[in-house]
Amino acid sequence: MWRRYLISAIVLWLAAVTPASAFIAYVSNEKSNTVSVIDTDKWVVTKTIKVGQRPRGIEFTRDGKFVLVAVGDDDKIEVIDAASQRVVDSLPSGPDPELFAQDAAGKFLYVANENDNTVSIVDLEKRVRVGDIQVGVEPEGMTLSPDGKILINTSETTNMAHFIDTATRQIVANVLVDARPRFAEFKHDSSELWVSSEIGGTVSIIDPVKRVITGKISFNIPGLRREAIQPVGIGITRDGKTGFIALGPANRVAVVDATSHAVTKYLLVGQRVWHMAFTPDEKYLLVTNGVSNDVSVIDVSAQKVIKTIQVGELPWGITFAQP
Amino acid sequence: MSSTATGQTRRGFSLAEYITCLNGIVWREALRFLHQRERFVSALVRPLVWLFIFAVGFRQVLGISIIPPYETYILYEVYIAPGLMAMIQLFNGMQSSLSMVYDREMGNMRTLLVSPLPRWYLLFCKLLAGTAVSLLQVYAFLVIAWFWDIAPPPTGYLTVLPALILSGLMLGALGMLISSGIKQLENFAGVMNFVIFPMFFASSALYPLWRVLEGSPLLYYVCLFNPFTHAVELIRFALYEKTNWVSLLVVGGCTAVFMIGAIYAYDPQRGLVRRGPAGGET
Repeated sequence: MWRRYLISAIVLWLAAVTPASAFIAYVSNEKSNTVSVIDTDKWVVTKTIKVGQRPRGIEFTRDGKFVLVAVGDDDKIEVIDAASQRVVDSLPSGPDPELFAQDAAGKFLYVANENDNTVSIVDLEKRVRVGDIQVGVEPEGMTLSPDGKILINTSETTNMAHFIDTATRQIVANVLVDARPRFAEFKHDSSELWVSSEIGGTVSIIDPVKRVITGKISFNIPGLRREAIQPVGIGITRDGKTGFIALGPANRVAVVDATSHAVTKYLLVGQRVWHMAFTPDEKYLLVTNGVSNDVSVIDVSAQKVIKTIQVGELPWGITFAQP
Repeated sequence: MSSTATGQTRRGFSLAEYITCLNGIVWREALRFLHQRERFVSALVRPLVWLFIFAVGFRQVLGISIIPPYETYILYEVYIAPGLMAMIQLFNGMQSSLSMVYDREMGNMRTLLVSPLPRWYLLFCKLLAGTAVSLLQVYAFLVIAWFWDIAPPPTGYLTVLPALILSGLMLGALGMLISSGIKQLENFAGVMNFVIFPMFFASSALYPLWRVLEGSPLLYYVCLFNPFTHAVELIRFALYEKTNWVSLLVVGGCTAVFMIGAIYAYDPQRGLVRRGPAGGET
């Protein structure tokens, strides 16, 4: 009998000491024109990749082989080979590409061109720009509905979330939101679309079917001026129960009950927290802190910041390869 | 106890006798503490006032640097918590010194010092008793602080224990050394002004040393050579499961020096405690 206990104890101990599977995060550093590679096993930067000028939007290709990074001042999207961790190619875009979204099949890339008021469509296989969609002034936020039928683009100055039919490539609806909408994110079950408004200081909850605002998340941090609270990046867990919202110069990430839309906690991170990405197992959420030049790691279940890692200058976007 | 019935001198004491003595002194201190509930409450109120009022006002001041042992950004109240833990021990150490003066004035110390056990051992037991009381106060503070979102890693509550014992001994020994030089209870106000306040404010308890350096290089060096700074840093690191070796050495060394000094000071043959016509014994 005691042997069985001993074996069970050893197995439990091994399970406890074996590190969780490591993931690799890629962080775009807007000012230093680099991409920092973070190993989530040791939480250290393992490599810094030199890229084009003003890298911001960053995302893995669907096959997990390449990292795409929008280099705004070079008016293109650069392609980093995840195996060799080097820039191997580039894709066309309009002027000043900022954020982009891919369709589920990894066939098309939709790129928001900040200076051109357009969304460019790039064929990823042929590596050519196949069309442009005229949108509002200063387009930024980009996301696709989980079924891939609707593309959302937010335009910073027009203060709108544009609903674009991906089949016809036409705007089918516009929803007016609070000032300077920066980012848009669907719940995984498509029940809600969240749009952050940087100057308005709110996150609008939109019904994607009726295309109307059904609620708004507001923030209040004791001791901070209201103007310092500027929501930008959004992350929603796969079960749709918890949302995380980066609050820019408030240096906090708000934890939101995604069902009641009530803010439950504010987590202190670095200066001017911007975008975020979950590790593929959703154990951790990494957020970029633009002014303090680092990335903070949030333990998702404990809702605690556990570490902050120094990266390049002005970290902006972050991505993980999805399994 | 030092000689047998036949008159033969016995060399040394048994372990049981040492333990009986330790037990007696620690119990006396514990009972005294338990009977003085207001002392317990006031020992807790002081750091809590700092935490709930002072720290809230300074919340945004600390700055953006991540300093060891912290691995990410922290709020000011999280920063000052170890300093407040050390403050509890500092006040407790000085309070013990106050009680030594009181005992001397009331004549209770004579009862203690007539014990045949070595004087250094009696003083060490008194120190241990004082440290044990300070541990109770610190852990009560940590429980309240936990509800204020000051939550170090769970194992930190254990790893901080040796650091608290060592810093408690150091501050207690310092109090004992000081008490040897105080003739009357009324002089204790001087201890507040000349020991507690300067030690507390010229340390890393309220501001990190890099911040002090930015403000005044001279004050930075004063803080750096203040043993209380190292008590705070030892506690801070231990609370986050780390060891600050420099602080450990400083606190360990100071404990030994203060302890030897107190034993010397309380030795009537050589010590600093001069005989005189005061109330009890001097």
